[in-house]
Amino acid sequence: MPQTITEKILATHAGRESVAPGELLSVRIDFVLANDITAPIAIDLFEKSHISTVFDPERIALVPDHFVPNKDIRSAEQVQIMRRFAKKYGIKHFFELGEMGIEHVLLPEQGLTLPGDVVIGADSHTCTYGALGAFATGVGSTDVAAAMITGEIWFKVPESIRLSYVGELKKWVTGKDLILHTIGDIGVDGATYRAMEFVGEVIEALPMSDRMTMANMAIEAGAKSGIIAPDQVTLDYIEQRAKRPFECFHSDQDAVYDEEKSYDVSALEPQVAFPHLPENTRPVSEVGTIPIEQAVIGSCTNGRIEDMRMAAQVLKGRTVNKNVRLIMIPATPSIYRQAMAEGLLEIFLSAKGVISPPTCGPCLGGFMGILGPGERAVATTNRNFVGRMGHSTSEVYLANPAVAAASAILGRIASPEEL
Amino acid sequence: MTIEGAVWKFGDNVDTDVIIPAPYLVTADSEELGKHCMEGVDPAFSEKVGPGDIIVAGKNFGCGSSREHAPMAIKGAGISCVVAESFARIFYRNAFNMGLAIFEAPGVSEGIRTGDRISVNPHTGEITDHTNGRHFSAKAIPPFMQGLIKAGGLMPYVLKQKQEQDRA
Repeated sequence: MPQTITEKILATHAGRESVAPGELLSVRIDFVLANDITAPIAIDLFEKSHISTVFDPERIALVPDHFVPNKDIRSAEQVQIMRRFAKKYGIKHFFELGEMGIEHVLLPEQGLTLPGDVVIGADSHTCTYGALGAFATGVGSTDVAAAMITGEIWFKVPESIRLSYVGELKKWVTGKDLILHTIGDIGVDGATYRAMEFVGEVIEALPMSDRMTMANMAIEAGAKSGIIAPDQVTLDYIEQRAKRPFECFHSDQDAVYDEEKSYDVSALEPQVAFPHLPENTRPVSEVGTIPIEQAVIGSCTNGRIEDMRMAAQVLKGRTVNKNVRLIMIPATPSIYRQAMAEGLLEIFLSAKGVISPPTCGPCLGGFMGILGPGERAVATTNRNFVGRMGHSTSEVYLANPAVAAASAILGRIASPEEL
Repeated sequence: MTIEGAVWKFGDNVDTDVIIPAPYLVTADSEELGKHCMEGVDPAFSEKVGPGDIIVAGKNFGCGSSREHAPMAIKGAGISCVVAESFARIFYRNAFNMGLAIFEAPGVSEGIRTGDRISVNPHTGEITDHTNGRHFSAKAIPPFMQGLIKAGGLMPYVLKQKQEQDRA
């Protein structure tokens, strides 16, 4: 029976030859994660169950990244719960400050999530690991509590949508623009319950960072997962990182899809998603005049070294507009260090930006750049819901790092071509 | 047993950030979370809502983050169930896992208004708006999810299974 990559991964983890969409399966999990918002609830449920051991202390990651460095006393308490639990049950991958980075950037960087894996995380952007050719999906804290006990989880096998991208990308057009354009086309519930499979020559030419940005935002179309078949780019990324064996899966040529779409992206411009949904996309040339007070470049969507480099390319030798606060957030300590080694931090500081330690921080309105009433921000993050970055009358416009950097300089949402 | 209550009506794509804004995600106390339920769309909601009231919404209810604080806040506010045209996937799963009753029913968004008194029969899926006399039909709950409800949520379900496995 012809199978998609998603069906093959789920079948293998259920001990089956093949599976069909709609089937309910119990599948073996390769990796489980939770953060400082979701882990405490999972830990509470786990401890109330009076089970004395986790299924595998090496296959669980606890990453305190959302409100850390602790933004207040209650956030500190959340991390204390994680720290105590990690110690008590010997959880190997608890990331203390100094090693901690944004979970979905950190775990692939550390080689903990690999091609062919089934990964679940109590964070909706867990779908990021699909960029490595894994089946990865966000769940709630209760699912994580159960998974920490059993090492398994129940899934309905999703239908797949095959999204094909052809053509050649223009300068300043990135994976962020491909996924925003796609969400703009199919809508924020356009892929609900389904797996988005990204294919085509454009995807094959994308570096890992852009692939992760795309898979990361599959949830913004309602998808269960996003996935890109592993290739040489993937293997080059994995080679020095993988800490355990892994298996690469590929869709059969005659695999069955619920829906197929093809995008010719040769003429695609950088995209901007207007408030208050990621589907409200426009090409940057059609934005009009939108003054901004803040620009945030970071997050699990766009906080990788490639994103820092792209921002630096635009910011070099320039100064941020006097009405704008620019916040740069390298997503992990190693990205931070690499940015320092390459002189990027000097560029950010000279441009009068500030550099935050790795954290989700302002992306979800936590801290490190909260918006006041009526303020507008351009951000490389993933959501622009009402009040997402602060006050309920503030506004977030989603864009790629080059557009965010250009906007910071010009004081309004702008294309780097305008500089 | 039929669920009956007064309706609070919301639109499409009600996201988890408006159901419970991120600054409150430092607690797992559902009563405390309930005080801030729906604050992102209606800051006075928790003062207005009464015990047993019902949320009715459009498509894609609960989109966005995986925070279980969202269904917890809804329960904490005293809401008896949520009826929507459709639900976002993680919210749907979380609601069953932690025992918040939810129903997918086409037409409710257009046919039911704030202040209407409705009843929901969880077994037949029949929804009646007693204010305007209209009827709606909720989609059947998949057997596996029914099993979860019967067991009292995912944790009791999993623990029971584990006990049986350990015995065998």
